[in-house]
Parts: sequence; structure tokens; C-alpha cells
Amino acid sequence: MLLLPCEADIISTVEFNHTGELLATGDKGGRVVIFQREQESKNQPHRRGEYNVYSTFQSHEPEFDYLKSLEIEEKINKIRWLPQQNAAYFLLSTNDKTVKLWKVSERDKRPEGYNLKDEDGRLRDPSMITTLRVPVLRPMDLMVEATPRRVFANAHTYHINSISVNSDYETYMSADDLRINLWNFEITNQSFNIVDIKPANMEELTEVITAAEFHPHHCNTFVYSSSKGTIRLCDMRTSALCDRHAKFFEEPEDPSNRSFFSEIISSISDVKFSHSGRYIMTRDYLTVKVWDLNMENRPIETYQVHDYLRSKLCSLYENDCIFDKFECVWNGSDSVIMTGSYNNFFRMFDRNTKRDVTLEASRENSKPRAILKPRKVCVGGKRRKDEISVDSLDFSKKILHTAWHPSENIIAVAATNNLYIFQDKVN
Amino acid sequence: MPVETHEERGETASLLGEKQPLRCSLLCEAVAPDFHQVWNLMETRSWEPLPLSDATLRSHDSWTCSPLVPEYRLWDPVHMFLTPVVPHWPFYNLDTMFVRGLKRKCFDGEEDIEGTLAGIKAIPSYNLQRQSLLDMSLVKLQLCHMLVEPNLCRSVLIANTVRQIQEEMTQDGTWQMINTQSTGQASVDRLVSTDILCRSSREQAEGKHVPGYSTFSKDFEGDQAQDSSETMSTASSVQAPRNLPSNVWEMENPQENKGNFQKSLDQIFETLENKTPNSVEDLFSEVDNSYYDLDTMLTGMMSNTKMGHCDGLESFSSPTTTTSSSNCKSDLNELDHIVEILVES
Repeated sequence: MLLLPCEADIISTVEFNHTGELLATGDKGGRVVIFQREQESKNQPHRRGEYNVYSTFQSHEPEFDYLKSLEIEEKINKIRWLPQQNAAYFLLSTNDKTVKLWKVSERDKRPEGYNLKDEDGRLRDPSMITTLRVPVLRPMDLMVEATPRRVFANAHTYHINSISVNSDYETYMSADDLRINLWNFEITNQSFNIVDIKPANMEELTEVITAAEFHPHHCNTFVYSSSKGTIRLCDMRTSALCDRHAKFFEEPEDPSNRSFFSEIISSISDVKFSHSGRYIMTRDYLTVKVWDLNMENRPIETYQVHDYLRSKLCSLYENDCIFDKFECVWNGSDSVIMTGSYNNFFRMFDRNTKRDVTLEASRENSKPRAILKPRKVCVGGKRRKDEISVDSLDFSKKILHTAWHPSENIIAVAATNNLYIFQDKVN
Repeated sequence: MPVETHEERGETASLLGEKQPLRCSLLCEAVAPDFHQVWNLMETRSWEPLPLSDATLRSHDSWTCSPLVPEYRLWDPVHMFLTPVVPHWPFYNLDTMFVRGLKRKCFDGEEDIEGTLAGIKAIPSYNLQRQSLLDMSLVKLQLCHMLVEPNLCRSVLIANTVRQIQEEMTQDGTWQMINTQSTGQASVDRLVSTDILCRSSREQAEGKHVPGYSTFSKDFEGDQAQDSSETMSTASSVQAPRNLPSNVWEMENPQENKGNFQKSLDQIFETLENKTPNSVEDLFSEVDNSYYDLDTMLTGMMSNTKMGHCDGLESFSSPTTTTSSSNCKSDLNELDHIVEILVES
């Protein structure tokens, strides 16, 4: 798809690695940009914690499916890091159809003193060589190179929406609208189908898979969410094809809130295990819910993200905003959850104190050295000075992707084509 | 990609630590606006008039767009064809009407549900709004996303909404009423088979003819090359006793040249498994996609002539004039782009 330059810059995924040292973003143009946190330095104490570009590479290219006469977008849907096992970094990136394993490594030395070629690489005349020498490694400017190590293709008929690395670090899964496949990192020409909800008769299709994730500790357990607002937990030990769930999470519908849009707004756009592995968090259009794995009949916590939109659902349906897929994240200690909203707002909920805050990611409203001011949306009646009314919200400015550092209070917020990194400075 | 890094030497975000007093509390429950406000909203929400050739369409005043609607305007044929009601009415602000509690207050074409509005403008009845929502959903399903395969999740959700509306309409008896008016017959048979949305091949095979909205899309957009696999020939499953399918998610026309060829094949193969040889013939005989008149489908008024067998209806003249300029442009862009890809420029 021909993208305008600014459109290609739209960030489509954000992910910290396991140490938080690296932050990867993927965009609509198929590129991956990796930021690295600067090390603490006594010379420049103020620069500690700043993230700078570490590597940029083109992960996916646009493709054309000739059989269907349809384009395959190069937009990066998800990036997931592998835990670091040696000096190089590995990440998985995926577009709608193909998953790729990238190796990002540094090179800071190069060999010099070859016998058969000179420093420019030109071959030397063998008859001119009178002595032999051993090439030595000399330091060079740091170069970060990204190489595709594996390409996992041709396994998905439908659009891939999630990838998740298993805790065994040997396998991972990729989920599309109707199927979930299990891969081994070493094998690219084969994958196992572990979930298949495609009906025999496509006419009966009423539900699709919207997100999937492996349990952080139990390599046999994973969950997937659906467009009907349900979450299924599956155990791969029970059978090869996990069509029968081990647990089924669904909240009974509130009959008083029922409308034609009930199903649409109940569709889950993201599901995330807590770091502890005990809870899952789901995001639907208006709320974030926290579920205890041991209780299937209802969530243990529900947080209203932007309930003032409930009366605007028809308009949001009309302009397709109701189909926006917001993500949600846990902080490192699972005590705070965060998700995005419209008007470049994002929300955080403290699960312990039950307090929440709305913040805005924008250049205009962020003054240097100033604490981000909490924002408030007024829903009717008198609007106070700093409040913004629902009708003034900019629905084209949506924060769909956010990430939280695994151990510190550093967050990354993607607002269309801008990336904001905020840090909580505890005095 | 520009990056903003806010930290100690720049901006800091104070999160939920103790030092930061939280100044905002949980958002309060959404409150349905009072009617005056509703009215204001309705007044400002409107669409730009499309270049329409049909002289019977009522004229529209100059319009502005609500902030909730994005810049690119979905061309909206729906309100052009919406039956009777309140003239000058832009696309109804259905939000207020779908708030709980108001749902069942008005029935069947009754104009005014609130005395306070007397003398201002009548709020469309619930049925009308429901119809409007139905129409909007159908349009959404048919608007294809150009070159890229449409979002299956979105399509499924819209189709489910359509089905839900239709079920309700059937239960209300609204459905039957419409059919009765148009056809003069009030048979359950007709109810099931005249399901606007349903167009399952199974039904075709059995000789029932159910117009499918999906099929009108290609013609409607006046561009055969423009295909949507968002063609769900959406079928809604009307919950009637002899109820039949359901959704046809793939194109039914195997002769569809672009885009859905594979899908059509898939669908045919799938249905073929259950079919007798006779029905195969029937299946393939249903090739004429210009089956349904736009009016027919959108207003749900079926006439006998239109409901006939696939005898290749009078070819449906696609209202190319109604195609929005953005559609035209994107058509051209698409074609350009396809050519570009093909010649690998």
C-alpha cells in the first residue's frame, strides 16, 4: 500500500525488552526502531535514563497476494523480545502474515591486515605478497546490525494479531483471527495448529480471536480472547488441538446496559498476564478488567476508561472508532495498570489505592520540568476551566499502544507517529 | 520517528506515588444529555450533500460535520433513501435514543416521544433509528478497504449487529409488517425468505430467494474492480421456525474477477460438500449480482418482481454519481498502485 511519509510513521507497536534497556517500536511502514537506554555516567548524571536510537531496520516489506489480488500490509502488528542469552538481542516482529526473528548485534571491532586483500577490499596481486601476517581485530565505531535469522511464513490465512514467546524460550505462538499456531524457533517450515475456531461452514462465523498470550511461567498454559468478550485458558498438555478450554472467563451481561452496541464494545482488544501469572487483564472498548485465574464467572476488578463515550457509541460506530483496538499494560509490580484513550489521553489505575489519573501525551501540554498535569473530561453541565468536554475530544488522536518498563516507572506512549517516554522521578 | 524523552532534565511525569495528589477521580457515569442538548447536537451533525442525480431527493441545507466524524466522509447513501420521516433530518443522532430506558418508549412510526420537543423537531422513532442503524451497518459491510483485505473482526462484529437488529425486527413484527405491505402476503415463509440480509447459497439452492446486500455492493460502487472481501454477503439469521442461515462470508459469485475469486471458490467448495448435484446448478445460476435494486435493499421493501428467481434482473444501474470523490480518487490510486506493482516499478 502506498503510504504517505507521515502515514508510514504511525507507530503500531511498542515493547520494552526484559531488562528495560531496550525499547522497540514498529510502525506502519514496516520499520522497527530500537531505542537503548543510556548508561549512568558520572560525567553526565542528567542523561541517565534517556533513550536514544540504537538501531533502525526495515523488518517487513509490502507484499502482494496475487491469488487474492490483495495487498499484504507491511505494518508491524507486534514485537516481542526474547530473553537475552548472549551478547546479541533477539526479537520477533510480525505483520499480518509473516513472523520474523531478528538478531540485533553490535560490532565494534573489525579485522585488519588481511593477506589477500588490502584495506579497501581489493584483491592484492598474489605475486606481490612477500610476507604473511595474521589479521588482528581493531576497534571501530560501534555498528549495530540487524539480521533476519528466521522467517516464519505461510502459516496464516487470516491476519496475525498476536505473538507470544513461551517461557521455555524454545517455542512461541502466533494467533490470527481464527487460528493459533505454535512454532519452534529453529523450525520455519512447520508449525503446529493448537487452536482452530474456524467453523466448517464460514456462514456460521460469529466470533474471532482477538489476542493471545502464553502464561509467564507455565509453558503449557496460554489464554486467548475473543470478539464476544470471552477469554479461554488452555492447557496444551490435554490435547494437541486445544479446542476445548480448561477455563472460560466471561462476565454476565448487564441487562440494563444492553444496546445494539453491547457486543461490539465487549469485544476484547488486548489480554495480558500479570507478571505474577496469577491475573489476566483484558481491555474492551470502555473498560479494563482484571481477572483472577481462579475465578471464571466475573472479573475481580473493573476500571472505566472513558465511560463518557457510552452515550456516543452510535457516532463512534459510524466513524469506526468503536473498532479501535486499545492495548493495556501492567507495571512491573502488577500494582498499576495503564491503557490509552482518545485525545492523546492515557489512563493509569492503581489497583491498591483505587486511584486513577488521566494524562495527556502532547508536546503543547508538556512543559519542561513540569509534572504532567492530570486531565479531566467533563461530561455535561458546567465545564470547569481545565476540563475538556466530550465533544471537543479529538478522536483521531488515539493512544492504542503503550509499554511499561519491567522494573522501573518508565513508560512509553505512542501517539500516532510520536513516541513519548515518561519517567516518574521519585524525589 | 521523533521521540520525546521527558525525564529529570526535562519533563517528569508524576505517577501514582504518594507525593502526587490525584486531582481527578474516577469518571462519573455518562449522563444522557437533556433534550435540548440533543437537539443542538442533531442540528450540527450533518453531512455534506452528495452530488445526486435523483431529483426526487429532498434538498438539503448546507451542512457541517460533527467533530466526531473524521475528515474523510463515508459517503452516505443511507439517509438519502431512508423512508419517509422527518425531512431535513441529517443522519439521526442515534446515540440519544439508544440510551437505556429510552429504547422502548416509542413504537412504529410514532413521531414524537417527548412532549418537550413538540414544536421543535420530532425525534425519529425508535424503529426508524433502528432501521437507520441497520442501513449504516450494511453500508459499512460493503465499503471495501481498497487493496487490503478488510478486518475480519470488524466485519464479524458488524454482521452480528445486523443480525441482532434483524432478529429484533422480526420479533417486533416490524419485519412482517414491511413484507406485508409490499408483497401483500404475510406468510412465515416469506418472512424467512425475504430476509433482506440473508443470502445463503443453501437457500438459493432450495429455491428461496433472499436478496443479499452484499451483492449490491459491487454494483453500487460502480466499480467492478473494486472488491471487498468485506463482502460478507451478509446474511442475517432470522430466528424463525424454519430458519436458515446465516452468514455467507465469502463472495457468492464465482465469476468475481478481482479479489474474491479465491474466496468464492472456497465458499463454493464448502457448500458443495453438502449439496446435491442439482443444487450445484442452482448455485452457479445465481451469478447475477445486479440482482437487487438499491432501493429494495435499503428500504426493505420487496416487490415480487425483484424477488424473483435469478433471471438476471434488469441490470442495476449503479449510481456512479453518488460515489464520493474520495472513492473515485482512491479507485484511481488503487489502479495506479496495482499497475505499479505489476510492472514492478
